[in-house]
Amino acid sequence: MKTFAFLATLATGIVLLYGTGDFAPWGDPASPANSHVSPVYIEEAVAETHVPNLVTAILGDYRGYDTMFETVVIYCAGLAVVSVLRRSRS
Amino acid sequence: MKELQERAALNPEGDSLIIRTAVRLLVPFIQLYGLYVIVHGHYSPGGGFQGGVVLGASFIMLALAYDLKTSLRHMSERVNVLLGNLGVLIYVGIGVLCALLGGLFLDYAALARLIPMAAEEWHSLGIFLVELGVGLAVMSIMASLFWDLASGGDMEEGL
Repeated sequence: MKTFAFLATLATGIVLLYGTGDFAPWGDPASPANSHVSPVYIEEAVAETHVPNLVTAILGDYRGYDTMFETVVIYCAGLAVVSVLRRSRS
Repeated sequence: MKELQERAALNPEGDSLIIRTAVRLLVPFIQLYGLYVIVHGHYSPGGGFQGGVVLGASFIMLALAYDLKTSLRHMSERVNVLLGNLGVLIYVGIGVLCALLGGLFLDYAALARLIPMAAEEWHSLGIFLVELGVGLAVMSIMASLFWDLASGGDMEEGL
């Protein structure tokens, strides 16, 4: 079983490494990640939100739904720890 | 951890005068800096998550340098839980409010029906309000995680 797990991990790793070769070069302006929404954010975020920090503008406005659930995830983590561990002295 | 708790029980005020004094002097500035990081997120690196962690760390520092009780005197558990819930409520509430006012969920421009301002200004203010909610929630969760994990949940003695 261990051998099988090792071979499966190895095979997956080789496939992933093979796939890495097809990535666009880092910082390539023509890559899909840099040619769809990124230019719009860079050109229009400040005019649309009046927030000079693009990261905050994207995090809080364009990706506000994502950030909301990030907060909820942290909240749930805290809730779980409190509900498991907290006990009043008795 | 048991050993550390026993050592803390022998010396309830913490062990080093230097550390206690340094922490006592530093904590107000750390909290001020945390607020600055939250409020100044529009113009510099920072925002709700980072500022909230800095605020939470100030209470953890109090608990480490003094003891858990001192930390709980500065921020009571009840208020802490309240602030954590309030933080998430602010975020979700603003989203729902935007939807109720006729915009999309979390579309801050819809809030212009409450207070007339330009849509861009409302986007800016909406981001700030939302970051404030994130900061409150993260601060409260960080502090309560430490309190619960360090004391094993009874809030009697921590590390």
